[in-house]
Amino acid sequence: MTEPTIFEISSPGRTGVKFQASDVPQFDVPKEFLREQLPMPEVSEIDVIRHFTRLSQLNYCIDTGFYPLGSCTMKFNPRINEVTARLAGFGKVHPLQPVETVQGSLALMYDLQNWLGEISGFSGVTLQPAAGAHGEYVGVMIIRAYHKDRKDSKRTKMIIPDSAHGTNPASSAMSGFDVVAVATDNNGNVDLDSLRAVCDDTVAGLMLTNPNTLGLFEQNVIEVVKIVHEAGGLVYGDGANLNALLGVVRPGDLGIDLMHFNLHKTFSTPHGGGGPGSGPVGVAAHLVDFLPCPIVGILEEGSEDYPPLYGFVEPAKSIGRIKAFFGHFGMMVRAYTYISMYGKEGLKNIAEGSVLNANYLMTLLKDTYKLAYDRLCMHEFVLEGHWPDAPEVHALDIAKRLMDYNFHPPTNYFPLIVPEALMIEPTETESKQTLDLFADAMLKIAEEAKTQPELLKSAPHNTPIGRLDEVKAAKDLVLCCWIPEKNS
Amino acid sequence: MSNPSNFKFAKTDEWVSLEGNVATIGVSDYAQSQLSDIVYLEFLVEPGDEFTTGDSLVTLESVKAAADVSSPVSGKVLEINEALTDDFEAVNADPFGRAWMVKVELSDPSELDSLMTADAYTTYCEERDH
Amino acid sequence: MFIPNTEAERDEMLQKIGLSRIEDLFSDVPKEFRYPDLNLPEAVSEMEALQNLKDLAIANDSTDDLICFLGAGAYNHYIPASVDAIISRGEFLTAYTPYQPEVSQGTLQSIFEYQSLVAALTGMDVSNASHYDGATAAAEACVLAYHHFRGKRTKFILSRYLHPHYRETIKTYFQGYEKIQITGDDAVEGFQASEDLLKLVDTNTAIVYVQYPDFLGRIHDFKAFAEQVHAVGAILAVSVNPLALGLIKPPSEFDADIVTGEGQPLGIPLSYGGPYLGLFATKNQFMRKLAGRLVGETVDNKGNKGYVLTLTAREQHIRREKATSNICSNQGLIALTSTVYMSLLGKQGLRQVAKLNYDKAHYAADQISKLKGFEVLDLGAFFNEFVVRTPKPVSELNSLLLDYDILGGYDLSKDYPELENCMLLAVTEMNTKDDIDYLVEILQEVSND
Repeated sequence: MTEPTIFEISSPGRTGVKFQASDVPQFDVPKEFLREQLPMPEVSEIDVIRHFTRLSQLNYCIDTGFYPLGSCTMKFNPRINEVTARLAGFGKVHPLQPVETVQGSLALMYDLQNWLGEISGFSGVTLQPAAGAHGEYVGVMIIRAYHKDRKDSKRTKMIIPDSAHGTNPASSAMSGFDVVAVATDNNGNVDLDSLRAVCDDTVAGLMLTNPNTLGLFEQNVIEVVKIVHEAGGLVYGDGANLNALLGVVRPGDLGIDLMHFNLHKTFSTPHGGGGPGSGPVGVAAHLVDFLPCPIVGILEEGSEDYPPLYGFVEPAKSIGRIKAFFGHFGMMVRAYTYISMYGKEGLKNIAEGSVLNANYLMTLLKDTYKLAYDRLCMHEFVLEGHWPDAPEVHALDIAKRLMDYNFHPPTNYFPLIVPEALMIEPTETESKQTLDLFADAMLKIAEEAKTQPELLKSAPHNTPIGRLDEVKAAKDLVLCCWIPEKNS
Repeated sequence: MSNPSNFKFAKTDEWVSLEGNVATIGVSDYAQSQLSDIVYLEFLVEPGDEFTTGDSLVTLESVKAAADVSSPVSGKVLEINEALTDDFEAVNADPFGRAWMVKVELSDPSELDSLMTADAYTTYCEERDH
Repeated sequence: MFIPNTEAERDEMLQKIGLSRIEDLFSDVPKEFRYPDLNLPEAVSEMEALQNLKDLAIANDSTDDLICFLGAGAYNHYIPASVDAIISRGEFLTAYTPYQPEVSQGTLQSIFEYQSLVAALTGMDVSNASHYDGATAAAEACVLAYHHFRGKRTKFILSRYLHPHYRETIKTYFQGYEKIQITGDDAVEGFQASEDLLKLVDTNTAIVYVQYPDFLGRIHDFKAFAEQVHAVGAILAVSVNPLALGLIKPPSEFDADIVTGEGQPLGIPLSYGGPYLGLFATKNQFMRKLAGRLVGETVDNKGNKGYVLTLTAREQHIRREKATSNICSNQGLIALTSTVYMSLLGKQGLRQVAKLNYDKAHYAADQISKLKGFEVLDLGAFFNEFVVRTPKPVSELNSLLLDYDILGGYDLSKDYPELENCMLLAVTEMNTKDDIDYLVEILQEVSND
């Protein structure tokens, strides 16, 4: 089925909102500034509601089914978060209001900074970064500022394991560092010899994802951190996989110097079809002065009768401002709500549930699909989606066939170091029954790969649309259904 | 497509053909088949630029991959094949002919000695496929 | 609550794995660090959580409690009910980035429509799927310019009347680039006309950034300015208030190369500063260099029209350290919010709401200019914001206004020392004539105290 675009259903003279007539006199806009053509669609309210409702029905989502995307932590998004974020006292507050009028927002941010610090073992937290990649960039800039402040200008190198997310090298390069890759050893850990070989006095830092993108806890993490620290570098933690560690171990305790959080993965804020995310950064005591400005602090201590006065403070050697205003506040409200409902004893249930679910599913599948590294996994694991006796079938075909069984495919072709990778992260919010059904589908598909490979190659068959021609999209580049009239 | 016997090849899949002191550089058939359909090509150098071995000359993009064409030799750019910017399909269709990319004046012709012959390169590609 | 498995089911699963205790799953974690005692509050129920959050929320004064005349980059506008109805749908709310197009056509087509609406509103050829906010979009535009000239042009010229947060963000982003010189926004005599900026423009200039309407609310005609910027081959970038473009000429008419902006006025709640929406549109010439996601139209294996993420080979997950940007998300649901808002208002509604803003702001300026002790600075044409010189320091005045439930304007002296005792007032369709008359009355009253 095809839904026309909003431009195609436009009918001259329609509008979806009626505004009141003006209660003030009209003022003329100088002719040289007045816009003549406004080529926007003209549709009624019901047109809009039906159009976007129909579009929504073409989407797969967590609310309709299992979404085992590795590295994405597609857990259930509690609806209470949506209620709290929309409270008028949060939703209808201007960011530049005097601090006396926004003590609720500031108290929430102050507590959230402290909670995230406590959960991960860091002394300071900024809530400003808009997404994980933005947090990474902040982290990399903090590393630069730290070395510069020590007048150590030789540090030009950022070490990144070959299993890392692409954002790690991109963030480092964007900040002017030379990226040096280190290999993964046979157990799926950072190869200590190749790490030692690149650690010298030009190392600014190491960007470490732990658990790594293979879903494995870095067994030598203490040694890895020690090697980098002895070379004078800092260790950055990519917090994408923090879900596996909540309440079980704090990255700061392992010697990690700074790390970003993904509120949209670990702390249940919705992914929204690609955003908004939120990527706060936590740092150890020696980096607190470099945090972006501003952060929330206490301006006047409270007493038994009065709460403290919260406001903004600027860290002494701050790298500066990294976006307008103070971060994705709406996401902070959601994460705050979520953390408060788990509390000090409950957070570990998240890590335990996610790791249990991943290991259970891995156990059900590992005799049929080759496991890249056969050891206990954390919150996710990586399978190889190909068999010698079904040579024409690739991971992509398995992914597409899963849609016919009403499951969202796992992440495929990542991490790059595993051939035909299928990266599966079930999260703690899935039941054993769901995992059993998914495993059944995966086993059936493995069977089909050998008996009816064409069924996989041409999948999906039951989706709103078939496999799309990505080459045509990239060659023809139709990015817009409105073509501007060129000024002659 | 067989690798032309009078061309030299780099481990990073570029080819070089020599006429006098002028070398022409492109990417091999193996390289284009690995990349699959090219959807974009951009020159990173212009005539007059000097470069050394390993510098990036051209960026190629397919749907799933991006690759930089790095120079197997050192020298100065004499000419770039600007027609390729629009006719990037030539990289898939005719990698050893129409899709030549850059003509350069060599600064150190002895660098060619470290490149592979067509036969050696053919074997090298076969090994990577297994 | 959010974890369904029972203890019996957990035991069954552990047994299948071949372990006896949950703790055994964490044998790779160094023992001495396992299960730290966390200094956090005890867990609360959903009912208690809601009450706690309500207690915090009512500790804020919202724009429901106050009459808002504060803008400066975030604006109090009416959001039609249908906007939230659509974005609350789980199919949009709880979907991931549309990497699997067969089951993501809803998200993909709505992004395609977003790109089209932003292109139409700004007059540009192409829009990406959005950035984080107006500030980061401006910084990414500078990154684009840097790479466009392959680092060979090293001067960035920023108008002093580009939002102060945007200028700070650009400077933070480029602190690692030692050769880059960021200039143009130092204090000058008077109100920096475009001629002052043009004096700085030379063949080493990569990008010139202006705002439209500018931070003081002014509308400039950048036509001649653009010609001079282009004469040296530099990029002209313009940060816009998209709502104003319902009424005033789009930047394409003065030949802007890049248009960025804060999309918040397009149906996005104030939400104490975020999440907002970074608009990013360009001429075709820069399409390949756009950071962030792009959705393109194509067909499926049966010839049906469909949409996919395209030009992904530019992005970090493929190019890694060679990518020019690390961005790997867009503002997804917020972009959808603006898409629904722009669709609902459409041609008529956008024009009408922009004109309401224009008229009310001009009415307010007229009334305030009649007040003794107040001066509305004559800075030329303006949209929905203007500068008032006040008889008292702005912070003092604003505290007094708060006693009357008025949220006063932005204190310009913080960012512009030359504008001491100057307040930037914003007036939108949310302010009735009575609100404005009340403001005028109270301004007079409190300034006489």
